[in-house]
Amino acid sequence: MTTPDAMTPPDATPTSPRAFVWARRRRAVARFWRQYRTHRAGLAGLAVLVVIALLALAAPWITGPDARSVTRAPGAPMEDPSAEFPLGTDQFGRSLLYLLLWGARVSLAVGLLAAFLSVAIGTLVGVTAGHFRGWYATVVMRITDWFLVMPTLVLAIALATVLERSIGTTILAIGVTTWPTTARLVRAQTLAVESRPYIERATALGGGHGHIMTRHVLPNVMPLVLAQTTLVISGAILTEATLAFLGLGDPTVVSWGGLLQDAREAGAVSSGNWWYLAPPGLAIAVVALAFTLCGRAVESVLNPRLGASR
Amino acid sequence: MTVELTKSGGGPGSLGPPPPPPPSSSGGSGHQASQAPRIPHGYHGYLRYVAGKLAGAAISLLAVLVTSFFLFRMIPGDPVKQMTGGRQMSTEQIESLRRQFGLDQPLWQQFTDYCASALTGDFGTSFQFRAPVIDKITEALPATLLLTGTAFVLYTLIGIWIGSRAAWRRGRFGDRFHTAFALTLYSVPSFWLGLLLIVTLSVGVGPLPGLFPTGGMESGGGESGFAYVLDVAHHLTLPVITLVAVEYARTLLVMRSSLLDEMGGDYLTTARAKGLRDDLVRRRHAVPNALLPTVTLLFVNLGNTVAGAILVETVFSWPGLGGLFYQALSVPDLPLVQALFVLFAASVILMNTLADLVYPLLDPRVSR
Repeated sequence: MTTPDAMTPPDATPTSPRAFVWARRRRAVARFWRQYRTHRAGLAGLAVLVVIALLALAAPWITGPDARSVTRAPGAPMEDPSAEFPLGTDQFGRSLLYLLLWGARVSLAVGLLAAFLSVAIGTLVGVTAGHFRGWYATVVMRITDWFLVMPTLVLAIALATVLERSIGTTILAIGVTTWPTTARLVRAQTLAVESRPYIERATALGGGHGHIMTRHVLPNVMPLVLAQTTLVISGAILTEATLAFLGLGDPTVVSWGGLLQDAREAGAVSSGNWWYLAPPGLAIAVVALAFTLCGRAVESVLNPRLGASR
Repeated sequence: MTVELTKSGGGPGSLGPPPPPPPSSSGGSGHQASQAPRIPHGYHGYLRYVAGKLAGAAISLLAVLVTSFFLFRMIPGDPVKQMTGGRQMSTEQIESLRRQFGLDQPLWQQFTDYCASALTGDFGTSFQFRAPVIDKITEALPATLLLTGTAFVLYTLIGIWIGSRAAWRRGRFGDRFHTAFALTLYSVPSFWLGLLLIVTLSVGVGPLPGLFPTGGMESGGGESGFAYVLDVAHHLTLPVITLVAVEYARTLLVMRSSLLDEMGGDYLTTARAKGLRDDLVRRRHAVPNALLPTVTLLFVNLGNTVAGAILVETVFSWPGLGGLFYQALSVPDLPLVQALFVLFAASVILMNTLADLVYPLLDPRVSR
């Protein structure tokens, strides 16, 4: 990993501890960005994500209030692409292009929140399992191993089946099933950090468990966690689409997986309406790929040993 | 295997990307197995290792059973209501249904009954088919095995073939192209790819005629012998293409990075110094060594593919376990969902355990 900045002695006289910390953080971010910029694939992924995120945020203003209304749909059902409806209309006459924009909101939100939940659980488990040795670590790592063996998708499907259909359920199902990889990574990193002398120093100075975990271990684990988050997001977006496609998502929201399910139910497959089917899946793939590219770039900036895969 | 995967991504000589994150569209994570085995010397050491792994697998299986039981009891509402689909029923009818499915017993007794019967392969009666769950599963199993087996063989061969070539010519156009292409397909939802293939190749777009059937496993025209085999193969083509397309990236990337790790090896210099052709150095010397991490991944892949086939089977109306799972989900048909959940999890556990057991036999270095 990168050398822990907490260890480098102050080379400039700080005016106050807080100002010094902020100056150091700014330098770290700037350094990170300088190195990230050199990864072309990562930059492309980031650009795509920014554009899609802006479009998703602006969806209500772009599409107008009635884009998702079934009763006040502007077009005829299942229209072919035209100037007014560039991607055609769905079985209710709604513009598919606008639905696609709305779908981006759900896919991105669920992907981010589920990944955040998953990584948060993983980090909590990993740091505590690495810090407290003994029976606690044994039990927790056993549970982690067991979750690792479970087929993620099947478990997520089972969870989404038994809970009520809502966005919260989807996030929960993804978060609860995907944390073990993060937990293992974070635990390994925690063990590495805790074997360093400055942890011993902190303990000798009277630092408690909480202090050591939050002030010394966590900052050093964060880069790894950040890289892991970007990688988990693309998986979460795919799983969200899968669950929605299987009819396990919230039926009242428009999402990319849900659009594909609607398309299938409306007979877009047998009538060959590829313009209904292609865009949502393409959108899923593009976003998932963009996050993967960003994740790999972040990973190779923070962990130079992985080698520059530029 | 975790060690293999991380090592393969992070070897000092490797310019390669780390293996991608666990794909959710294929139903599992790539980092599944426990830590790389470290085995004591000798025959007895291996036996002890095997016993440990088997015990671990047994515990995991038991945990799966426990989860499957309690998870599906969490469903809000009365199972009997779900069974009857909201139709009006008299109190006696409801009572008799409750008795029939053992729902009048206390929870712990239901649980012990469930475990006992599950271990003998009895998962109760399906709500929607009114037939023993185990019969439905044995009916659907051959179709799934045919689909996943064919796909497995193909993506393994393709992944190893392309992966080893890409690593050998690393950094060149072919390497970058194949890595990017595989990663892109890997980000594609399998069900979407399946739908697109159906639209373009089965239904036909524009002038393109429908070349393949849209779903199912056979035309049902009563063919026999060779004609039947051809018919099934015809139906099999698109689902297999879909599965292979989304799955081969994992094998490719692991093969590529484990070969990159081998490429600094002195024995390769020796082989070249002997005057061997470059091609032979790769095939006879480098690839066999690089295959080791890939082989362990194969087992994990196989277990995951069975679960990952759920979507592909659904899209192509393939009469296998995945399609059955989807049908059971939409009701929801609890006994069937429960049994398939156990089966999918068990297949992954089984394959991971097999990988753990086979690895030390293949690689004598880990026992030293």
